Parts: sequence; structure tokens; C-alpha cells
Amino acid sequence: MAGTITTNPMLPQPYLVREVAKETPDTFSLRLEPEAGANGRSFQPGQFSMLWVFGIGELPISISGDPALHDRLVYTVRSVGQATHSLVNQRVGDSVGVRGPFGASWPIEAARGRDVIVVAGGIGLAPLRPVIYQVLQNRKDYGRLVILYGGRSPRDLLYRKELATWARHRENQVLVTVDYGGLSWRGHVGVVTTLFKYARLEPHRSVAMVCGPEIMMRFVMRELITQGLSRDDIYLSMERNMKCAVGLCGHCQYGPYFICKDGPIFRYEQMRPLLEKYEL
Amino acid sequence: METLEGIIAEHHFFAGLESYYTSLLTGCAANVRFAPGTYIFKEGEEANEFYLIRSGKVALEIFAPHRNPIVVETLGAGDILGWSWLLPPYIWKFHAHAVQDTRAIALDGKCLRTKCEENHDLGYEVLKRFAQIMEQRLEATRLQLLDVYASR
Amino acid sequence: MGELLAALKRKGYEVIGPTLRDGAIVYDKVESAKDLPAGWTDEQEPGRYRLKRRDDEALFGYAVGPQSWKKYLHPADARLWSAERQGGTFRILNNEAQPKHPQAFLGVRACELAAIAVQDRVLLDDKYRDPIYEGRRAGAFTIAVQCTQSAATCFCASMGTGPRVQNGADLVLTELVGSKGHRFVAWANSDRGAEVLAELRMAPATEQDSKEADAAVAAAAGEQVRSIDTTGIKELLYQNFEHPRWDNVAARCLACANCTMVCPTCFCTTVEDVSDITGDHAERWRRWDSCFTQSFSYIHGGSVRTSTKSRYRQWMTHKLASWIDQFGSSGCVGCGRCITWCPVGIDITEEVRAIRKGGKNGNA
Repeated sequence: MAGTITTNPMLPQPYLVREVAKETPDTFSLRLEPEAGANGRSFQPGQFSMLWVFGIGELPISISGDPALHDRLVYTVRSVGQATHSLVNQRVGDSVGVRGPFGASWPIEAARGRDVIVVAGGIGLAPLRPVIYQVLQNRKDYGRLVILYGGRSPRDLLYRKELATWARHRENQVLVTVDYGGLSWRGHVGVVTTLFKYARLEPHRSVAMVCGPEIMMRFVMRELITQGLSRDDIYLSMERNMKCAVGLCGHCQYGPYFICKDGPIFRYEQMRPLLEKYEL
Repeated sequence: METLEGIIAEHHFFAGLESYYTSLLTGCAANVRFAPGTYIFKEGEEANEFYLIRSGKVALEIFAPHRNPIVVETLGAGDILGWSWLLPPYIWKFHAHAVQDTRAIALDGKCLRTKCEENHDLGYEVLKRFAQIMEQRLEATRLQLLDVYASR
Repeated sequence: MGELLAALKRKGYEVIGPTLRDGAIVYDKVESAKDLPAGWTDEQEPGRYRLKRRDDEALFGYAVGPQSWKKYLHPADARLWSAERQGGTFRILNNEAQPKHPQAFLGVRACELAAIAVQDRVLLDDKYRDPIYEGRRAGAFTIAVQCTQSAATCFCASMGTGPRVQNGADLVLTELVGSKGHRFVAWANSDRGAEVLAELRMAPATEQDSKEADAAVAAAAGEQVRSIDTTGIKELLYQNFEHPRWDNVAARCLACANCTMVCPTCFCTTVEDVSDITGDHAERWRRWDSCFTQSFSYIHGGSVRTSTKSRYRQWMTHKLASWIDQFGSSGCVGCGRCITWCPVGIDITEEVRAIRKGGKNGNA
């Protein structure tokens, strides 16, 4: 068994760290590639992997890279505890164990021919970036792309250069806001829901995809409904404690759903009766 | 060319207001423009007008000792700027700083206050609309306070 | 009985069955019929379990002990894999341990067969299958013994899981003790069951014996004093998230997790990554976990279910309601263990009744 490529979802496959890029003071993007001779794996936007640091632990991290590139996997990781800290401190040439990809994906098929509204808060932009890549690389298949992104402060914003690039195209509308502006910020200040008044939306031909802290997502849901979108056209990415990622350990249950295999992406219509329940 | 009355009547904030009232409001209105960098009003000044922003960007700021001004919120096209004119003590609580070339319609709050006292129906319509703005701002501010993006 | 055990041994099975230990009936290795709890029965009440001597020598004259067969099929500790550092990278050695011999489970109750079927659905028939459970399950030979008495905490009849064994076992026995002597009415439910029976000296069961066996099992059902009315139970629990009864049970529940450990269908596990001092050798272990623990629902900075109330509610709602949406059946088989082994005697059947009262969709 040793040395062979495994497709067993329980066994991590060693991947080499090729690049560690700093995005913000506490967030890093890791680019991983399969070892020589091993096949890469493809993924759907919104899926996640379980990343294992030898002897330390394993974490569910959304894939934040380009789904069209099959020779690599990119993850944007925020260092908040011991396990994430060890992950972001990997050096080029180290090995990280990868299981997956797991989970349901963003509705890139259902969104064909329609406008795509991406609403992200904080690190929530990471699992949505593959959607943005998908839309931009298949431009004819989609309508307008509207990106609404909110972060804590200017230095906590992810992918600033890419956001600027995306904003340059006329069919895209990119709006960014921060909770705390700081000294030199000339952009919007306020929570991400305040961006809706500037967004040019056609609600009846739009699909919205939302990812961020749960509180932020609840307010964004309400705002999207106020804007006229249907509940079946709104999708969100949920998060719960995960251990096995294959629906067998029971930890990630949210109501009747297993976040790891029924989600993490759900239609708002499925989540609506659950989101308001405290301590579900 | 769009008339002042037309702009006011079409603004979503005044939607549903009877034309008699929009005429009244137009009587208190004027077109204004602020160059980038101008302070529209400052904290502590008497609040006698409010603005319908038509284009540009205005930052609501607060000064703290030994610090540069902190932006608490930015407003843009379609937003209503200022409600301290409506309720005593009629003093501005923040600075309003035009950070871009900003065009707006200024409404004479003092004049409107008097008209609201005389005509309570108008007063009710105005207060209803401002209450909604305050509620939205309060909700947004509370969200900001939650600092949802912080790592615990 | 001795012949049956010998036949199983000849076929290479390690027999696991009821034994007496620590004042309880515990599933362990059975070498001969002498290891079985002859002449013992159990008295069970909420929060109470005692063994009592019978006035006959029945081998299976009890209801159920604290453990279930998940101890063997879904073990409490299992190594998933180990890994070695090699150069700058590492290699995974997929060396999960399987038992040396296939196991024969002697004395499986109808409720336990139902529980095994429930776990089959969860661990084998969903999106991913559990290789550890799969390996152990395939080899396991089950000898069901129908209950001829019920404990006060049993409610399998109301859950439709017993005491009559329907299908799923290799062999089915019913023990009869009385004036006509100590004997077992037996039949095979599978090919390999029939093979084993063929090796035993047996006489065809008389019609009277069969009738007596049926009557004994029916009497066991009739004895049951507890029940759950499962009509509309899914909607009942989904719609009563804020029922005041949850506060009531939370005031009593210690979040000790006993119920999840004794429950034959609870399957939650956690994974633990360990490494040795050199740091060159790492292992991943899987251990039983419980939704009653504080850390079960932990995500960055805090747990979602911090209160005991929310955790009890999660367990009961999952067991009786969400399980139906997830796996197509109830997660509860009516074995009553959670009632017996709860230190404060919380009775799941009573909790359901209380929620029906004054709840939405319930009786006012």
C-alpha cells in the first residue's frame, strides 16, 4: 500500500507545498502540487479538502484556486489556532496530506445564462474565488458578474490586486467595503449590506452565492430577498465542526443535514427554517 | 432638463408623498455641489439642513484626540445625509466630508421643521421616512460593532 | 448449547456472548456453555440495573445488558492508519486492524438486530462506507435469541423492532424452560446458518414446542409497560424546538453521555492524530464520541451547542426525528438502555409524551 496513489477518501495523499503567499497579516494562500508521478485531482467550485499536517492534525479548508487548473490545489488559510498556524508555516518543499475534494459545490451549472451575484465577507471570498474564475473564463456562458465584498479593514481584504483587475471589465461590477476604514482608505465604509444600494441588479435573472460569518449571511439573505431575488436562487456556504468529512462521524450535523456531504453549499430555501434557531 | 421638484418627487425617499407636500419641500430645496475635500458640516454645528445625495461620496467622520478622523460610514448616490436637523438639540453629531465631487439637493431643515409643526400630517410623513433610515443605519451599525470578521 | 458452540468453533468463529461480570451481563468471549449467565435475570428501571437469580437455569433469561454489539462492529478505539516520514515527505500505511478470527455473536436480541440494521444503513449504505465496520460486519455470524421476558424499560414492541425476530440473523433460537425440559426451538435464516444447524443433533420441533415458543415471545411483548407513540414524531420534534420541556430535562441531565455510549445505534466518532516523540511516526485513531460533550460542536472560538439543553435536544431530535430524514427510519430501536443507564433516570418515552402535551401538533 505504501507509495501508491490512493483514492480512498479516508487516507491523505501527500502533496508538496510549492508556494506560500501572504494575503493579509494573518491569512496565507498555499499552492500545493501532487508529488512527481502522482495525478492531480479536479474539484468543483465550493468544495473543500481535509489538509493534514504530519502528526499535528487535520482541517477542512475550502479550495480557493482555479478549477480549470488540474495540476495544483490552492487554499487560503487564516491562522487562528494551533492547527492553522502549523499549516501556514509550512515551507516550500514540505509535504501536506490532502483528502478530498468533498462536499456539494456552488451552482455554476444552474447559473448559466444568468447574472451571478457573489457576496462575500472576510475569508468568505476564498471559497467563492473559484466561481469568479469559472465565470470569467467562460464569459459567454454567464450574464453580468457582481461582486460585493466586505472585510474588517483595508489590510484584511483578500486578493486586492485581483479585485482591481476584475473591476476593470465593464460587464463586471466589483464593490468593496470595510467595517473600519483607517487612515488612507478612500473606499466605502460600512457593512457589506450597505453596498446593495450601489449594485446594479436584475433580481429575476440572478443567482446569488454568499459566504461569510453566519451573522453576516443572515443579514445578506434578508437584503437579497428585499432586492427581489427568489429564495431558490440564493445559495450559501455553511460551516460546522468537521472530523471525517465523509458523513460518518456525526460532528457536522445541522438539523437533518450533514454539512460535509449534503453541503457545505445549500440553497437558502433549505437553510431558512434552521438559520434562526439558536444553538441548533 | 430635470426640475428640482421632479428630482425630489422621484427620489425613493419621498415616494408616496402627495404632490402638495413635494411642492412644499421643493420650496425649501436648492441644488448644491461640494468639491472633493470640502466639509459639508462639522460636528457641533447647528443642524439646519439635510441632503439628498445625487452623486459622489460623503464620509461620516468622527474626531478623536491625537488621531486623524475616523470614518464610520460612507454614503453615496441616493442616500439621505443628515437627520440631526429633525430632533432637538439640532446639532450635528459627526463631520460630513465630501471625499469626491458631490452633487446634492439641500433641503432647508429649519424651514421644513416649521412646516411640520404647522402641518402634522406632513410631519408624520417626514418622521416615518426618517425613522426607517435610522433603523437601517442602526442595524448596519450594530453589525459593524459585532466585528464579525475578527478571529476570536 | 455446548454442541452449537463447538460447531461454531470448528468453523473458525470466535464466539462472543453474554457473560457475568461486575454485576452485569457483558458481551465477551464465550468458550463453553459454562460461561453463559445461567439462571440470571435483570431488573431494570430508570437509573437502575440489578441482576437477580431466577428459579430456573435459563441461559438467556434476561433482557439486555449495558453494551450492545456495536462494541465489536463499530469499536470504541480503532486505528485508521499510520504514517511514516520518508525523506521530505511521508507515506501512509493503511493498516487498520481487523479481528484475527471472524466473530459469532450469540444472544442477539431482536432490538439489537434492528440496531445493527440501522447502523448498516448509516455506515455501509450512504455516500461513503466505513471499511472497518464493513470488514467486521461481513464476517459476523449472528445467533439471535428471542426474548421471552421484557425489562420494565423495554419498548421495542412500540418501535416495531421486537421482541419477535423478523430477519437479519443467521440462526434464530427461542429458549424454553419448563416441565418438558430445557430446550431451544431453532431455525436458520441464512445459508451459513443452515450449515451450522446441520451439524447439530436436533429433532424437528413439535407443533406444541413451536406454539409455546411463539406464546413466550408474545408474552414478552405483552409485558412491556413503556412505549413511544411514533405518529408524526418527526414533525412533532421539528416544530417544538422551543418547547419548555427542554428546559425541564436540561435541569436534570448531567450531559454524562452514558446514553450515547449504551445506545446501540449511536455512531458518532472523533479522530485523534498522534505522533511519537521522534516525530517520524504518526497515527490516526478513531474513538467513540458523544454529542453531549462540550467540544462536539466546536468551531473557531466557541461551541455552537453550549447549553446542556441544546445538547439533549440535539440527541433526542436526531435519534427520533432527523434520523428519519437522513436514513429513512427511526434511530431508536426501543431497547431501553438509555433509560436504565441514565444516572438521573431520564426516560425518553416520558419526554416524548411531555412534548406532545402542550406542544405544536400535540394535544393541548
